[in-house]
Order: sequence, then structure tokens, then C-alpha cells
Amino acid sequence: MVADMPANIVQQEQVGPGQYRLTLYAPVIASCAVPGQFVYIRCTGSLDPMLRRPLSIHGVNRRKGEVLFLYQVVGRGTALLAAKRNGEQLAVMGPLGRGFTLPEPGQRVVLVGGGIGVAPLVFLGHELVQRKNQVCLLVGARSAHQLPVGKEGYTAPFELAVATDDGSCGHHGPVTDLLEKILAGEGADMVYACGPRHMLRQTASLLARFGVPGEFSLEERMGCGVGACLSCVCKTAGKGGEPFRYRRVCVEGPVFPADQLVWD
Amino acid sequence: MAKPNLAVNVAGIRMKNPVTTASGTFGFGSEYAPFVDLNRLGAIVVKGITLLPRQGNPPPRIVETPAGILNAIGLQNPGVDHFIEVALPYLRQFDLPVIVNIAGDTVEDYAALAARLDGVPGVAGLEVNISCPNVKKGGLAFGADPDSAAAVVRAVKGATRLPVVVKLSPNVTSIVRLAEAVVEAGADALSMINTLLGMAIDIRRRCPALANVMGGLSGPAIRPVAVRAVWQVYQALKVPIVGMGGIVTAEDALEFIMAGATAVAVGTANFINPRATMDIIDGIERFLVEEGVPDIQELIGAAHM
Repeated sequence: MVADMPANIVQQEQVGPGQYRLTLYAPVIASCAVPGQFVYIRCTGSLDPMLRRPLSIHGVNRRKGEVLFLYQVVGRGTALLAAKRNGEQLAVMGPLGRGFTLPEPGQRVVLVGGGIGVAPLVFLGHELVQRKNQVCLLVGARSAHQLPVGKEGYTAPFELAVATDDGSCGHHGPVTDLLEKILAGEGADMVYACGPRHMLRQTASLLARFGVPGEFSLEERMGCGVGACLSCVCKTAGKGGEPFRYRRVCVEGPVFPADQLVWD
Repeated sequence: MAKPNLAVNVAGIRMKNPVTTASGTFGFGSEYAPFVDLNRLGAIVVKGITLLPRQGNPPPRIVETPAGILNAIGLQNPGVDHFIEVALPYLRQFDLPVIVNIAGDTVEDYAALAARLDGVPGVAGLEVNISCPNVKKGGLAFGADPDSAAAVVRAVKGATRLPVVVKLSPNVTSIVRLAEAVVEAGADALSMINTLLGMAIDIRRRCPALANVMGGLSGPAIRPVAVRAVWQVYQALKVPIVGMGGIVTAEDALEFIMAGATAVAVGTANFINPRATMDIIDGIERFLVEEGVPDIQELIGAAHM
């Protein structure tokens, strides 16, 4: 079930520098969305900028029919979105894309989020806790004040560890240091990650080294959001001798098995 | 007033209304089926097809510009055999003329594609893409030169009995000269315009925004250029025209029809509003009722009177 309809803004709040949490009343999407899926949102009624923005789903409240997003202002589209206020309407299409494959109940799972990439992992974490998985969320950011979640007072029903590039909060260094420690120590059955390309690349090499399966949620510039325009492709393993194959992030993703991705 | 007649005929392709999709913006139809009743479309023009599968260009393949987008997909597609075996059976379920956009590296490629698609059930016509700005060989290399363009059209016409629509590029000195050359070579209809060659720079990274450096500009930004091209060619030639370029609303579509287009194609607007084609069909019908026009035919080229 995919909806394309207006949705009311229940709440728009700034949670950090250029970081916003948006709650939309979108009962159809809330009822059927799974972790890892995204919603394609029109940020303005005008034709400039024209394209919608894909926002990964940060959480759902199925009872209230609400869908949550956590996003960073990166350009004109997201800036216009951030200027929208409670009660205003947005055109939304979703839920779109393939979400995360859920692990066996009871398995140990590590979630690795770089910056705003943590957004879809929080939704996944809540779902996994309900499935009796043991969950640890690792969050990385440049600095303490840029941590989208993991700041003091953030409560989640799962274990949380933080890394910052400048050492202002948690581990001083990349978030993948924390992952490496876990994989070398108690280990994990499955790793899910979302964040900047260099972080995913590093995570992929750790997973290969320790022989742990993983899934990554990717981001790419999108046109249609439904697989028609072939704009948002990423390189994945090829078949029958071809070095790689382009797959569409909007429909074959945004979540891909880590060992299927080809890094240049 | 009774329901106005929206049906048009483009060189033997009978459409229940003048609204079709622009190649490359609507996939093979199934992508938009959750939002659109495919049976209501006048026709569908599918994503460009080549003889063999193509990988296309590296990403980023798209960038926004004021009231438009630049794309450089590079004709990624699964090849003609996959299209016939997988995409076409899906489309045959609908009461919908399917126009197949074909692209090649050589004149022989175009002829082979036309021959392969000739007589295949469910194919109503061919759109010959000699205007793609995003591939190194073929594409615009044929479409920018009247002799090469005519050679492609002659080869295609010699290989098929299907109606042949030739898609023209605006990236030429005189689109009328190109139009005359391909009609002389046997084109049954023209579609215009393909994208305008353009470029954007990412000033933070100090490099071109597209991996391919240059791309094709589409969207409302190009509409006046497209309307002008349709107007000029309608003035010069008596050949059915499928007009496109930045159509977002029914009013935009009517501009093209009054400039001389028999049908119109909706492209980039699908990305903004997945129901754009349906809204445009409804809007055209509403306009005819409001203006007391019983038949859309009355409006084709009406601005030339």
C-alpha cells in the first residue's frame, strides 16, 4: 500500500544545529511502514525547487497515525521544509522502498549511525527490542552538539554508545572504532548501518574481516522515488562476470546487503 | 454540453485522449500504477530501449536547477529482449497504446531494433530517439545533423510497418530543417522536444554537479523553448506532432496543442506529482466544457489562426 496524499504537520521542532524532528499525521503510512523505508515529501508548493525530498522514517505511532522524521537541513529543499510550521500541510508519498531484513528473534544486533544517518536505525531499534533482539546503537558525530540522538537525557530501550571526532562526548574517534571493539569482543549476529559513505565503507570492511552479515541504508539524489527515472542508482555486485550492476536506491533499496555493495 | 471528444490519432496511433508520458520519466508503467489508472492514459511512451542491456552513467545522475532538473542517466535499460519478455506482457493487460522509444549507437542498431519490435503484439508505434544528449555514441550525434537523422529514419522505416515518431532535439540551429529532413525520410510523426543540453557546478566541491559533467535540462524552465519549436514546425510542415517540455498543468498542455501539437507528453511533472497525467487529462476536459468546445481537434494549432 503506497499513499500519495496531504499530511498535516503535528509537530516540527529543532533538536540541534540544523537538525529537526518532524511529526506528520499520516495514518496510512503509519499503519504499514517498516523500518528502513522512506517517505517522499514535497517541501514547497512552488516549482523551484521542484523535486521532493526523501526522508527515512524515524518512528511511527500506529495508534495515533503519526510518522516521525529526523532530518538535517542540507540545502534549499530541507530549509523550506524546516520553515513549515505545526498545522501546515505537506504532500507525502509513501512508504517507499525496501526496508531492513529483520534478524531471528534473540540475535545480537549492532546499529551503527553516522550523524543524521541514525534516523532510520532508531525505528529499527524499537522494532527489534519488541522482537526480543539484543540491540546496541552506536552513534557517531563530529562533535557533542551535533549528536542527533545520544545526548544526555535521550532515552531508548536499548544500549547506546557515542563517539565524536573531537572527543567532546563519548569515544574520541570514529564510530567504527566502537564497532570494531564489539566485533572483536562479544561479537554480533547482524549489523545495520546508515551514515556517510566513508563510514559505511569502513563498516563494510570490518564486517568482511569478522565475517558478520550486515545491511546498509543508502542515500542518493532521487528523481521520481518510484523506480521510473533511474537517477538514484548505486553500484552493486554484478552477475555473470560483469564488474558491477547499478541498482535503484528508491526501489531495490534504500537498504542493501553490505556484501552486495561495490565501493569505488 | 455533452462530454467533449478528447480522442486523437497520431499517425495511426489511436489515443483516447491527447496525454501520454515522456520517455524516461515513467519507466515501463508499473512504477506509477499505484498512483495512476494506466487505462486512462492516451498512450504510454516507455523508457528508451537499446539492443543490448546498458549500464548507463555513474551517479550523481540528477541535479535540480531553477524550475527544472538536469539529468544524465545515459540510457540505462535492460535491452529489447528483456523489454519484450518482461515489461510488455505487463502493459498488454491495459487498454493502452504502447510506444517504444528506441536508441542505438549505429544506424544498423536502430534498424535492428525496429525489426525486432515489428509485429510484436502490444506495440503501437516506435519513437526514434536521435536526441539523447547523455550518451557518447548515437543519440544527439544523429539528431544534430539532418543527413544522419534522415539515414536513421530511412533505416527504421525500411525495417518496420509500425508508425514511426521521431524525437527531435532542441540543441540545433534550426529544428525546422531537422524536421523537414526526417519527414522527407519517412517519419510519420514528430515528438519534440528532448532535453536541452545544460550543466551545473557544485561550488562547495568545485566540480560539475553531474558525474557525466553535462546533462539534459527538463521541466517548466524549458517550456517556452518547446512551445516555440512546436509552433515553428507546425507552421512549416503538415505532420502530427507530440509536444512536450515542462508540461505540469492542463493549461501548459493546451499551450502545446494550440501551438500545433496533436498530443502531448508529460515528463518531469510525474516526479513532482505522480498523478500529473490524470490531473492534466481532467483539466483538458474541463477546459473544453468551460469553453464550449465539443472536440479537441478544434484546438490543434488554434493559436495559428
